Amino acid sequence: MSSAPETLPSSSPDVALDGVTRRSTLKWMILAWTGFAAATGAGLTATMRFMFPNVLFEPPTRFKAGDPSSYAIGVDERWKEKFGIWIVRNTTSIYALVATCVHLGCTPNWLQAQNKFKCPCHGSGYYISGINFEGPAPRALERAEIQVSGEDGQIIVDKAVRFLYESGQWTDPNAFVKMA
Amino acid sequence: MGSRWRDLQQSIVSSQFWKSIFRVGIPNTNRKRVLAMLGNVVLHLHPVKTRKSGVKMRYTWCAGGVTFFLFLVLTFTGLLLMFYYRPTVEYAFVDILDLREQVPFGIMREVHRWGAHAMVISVWIHMFRVFMTGSYKPPREFNWVIGVILLVLTLLLSFTGYLLPWDQLAIWAITVGSNMASATPLLGIQGPGTGLLKIGDIALVTSTNDARFGLLGGRFVGAGALLRFYVLHCVGIPLVAAFLMAVHFWRVRKDGGISGPM
Repeated sequence: MSSAPETLPSSSPDVALDGVTRRSTLKWMILAWTGFAAATGAGLTATMRFMFPNVLFEPPTRFKAGDPSSYAIGVDERWKEKFGIWIVRNTTSIYALVATCVHLGCTPNWLQAQNKFKCPCHGSGYYISGINFEGPAPRALERAEIQVSGEDGQIIVDKAVRFLYESGQWTDPNAFVKMA
Repeated sequence: MGSRWRDLQQSIVSSQFWKSIFRVGIPNTNRKRVLAMLGNVVLHLHPVKTRKSGVKMRYTWCAGGVTFFLFLVLTFTGLLLMFYYRPTVEYAFVDILDLREQVPFGIMREVHRWGAHAMVISVWIHMFRVFMTGSYKPPREFNWVIGVILLVLTLLLSFTGYLLPWDQLAIWAITVGSNMASATPLLGIQGPGTGLLKIGDIALVTSTNDARFGLLGGRFVGAGALLRFYVLHCVGIPLVAAFLMAVHFWRVRKDGGISGPM
């Protein structure tokens, strides 16, 4: 006994079948997937951001380095351990060299006998001025800002401000302190 | 006597306790052997049938198996080391010394170290064998990709573990290695294209948010880097690697078992 049903279910998207149309289903699916994608994206972003803290417990970049007259001619290593800075005095000026090899970031050694800075990692060598002359280092050591405090006459070094030889910045008035 | 022994055996094998664990009985038919494989969470990753060539040492070199074995050795010895090692600037180095000098069977640390070297080598040998036998060809090309990711994870495990002894070699090796991350295109402070990412005069990528900083949790290799590398070494990377290994083995099975000689 088979007889054709009186009404066939319509395939038109606009006709409701139990109140649900193809169009309304798609609308909800788009909404749901957009919401899911947004929530996933927000979660991933939050996770990524979590790995970048707001406060760093690292030594300050700006420090007082004592009286200019306390430095003899040559390389002074008293701030190397704590701040990664060499204070170098020559006959006319004092400048602050950043003790980070510009090749891959190791700390070079000052070799007094050979009158040069030498990096133990890959052998980059620098003159006392900081200019590179051997090994893989692609450029000169960086110099940090150095000034004499107007208050107490002490040297103030700021590692956050750098002067690059290849950019011609070593003649900048804040790149050295003039000595008589 | 013999029948009493058989009765005892029978009563054990037919007990609910026994049957709840060993569901198919003694696998003495092919059907039971297949069911035994499929009913075991560890064995089901393995192919039900292994070809003769698949166990031929001269063909496979067992390099993948050796790698997996070394991973298990490293997981076990690493877990033991975690009972003594504290990932802080104050304790890390002396804990490594104490592991060798003061802890019974402190050789565990050397086993972990040499095992790590061996695992890196065996992964390369495995990759070489798979390449030379053409086992990366369809339908196994996706498994090759997973294998390459596992290679990278192995190298990352090696890299992160290298910092943990916290001696001069470790600190400067990671200084050099992580400085390479600052050459990442767009994401590293010295990378190509990074200079273009700026709004007006303000650079978007700085020394406190570039790829190197994300790796170290600081601007140089310090306490943050040690803890970060420790967590990645002991938990993060091994979890991902274990998951991908399961996929790797499962795909070997799905792609027709270990590839045979042509």
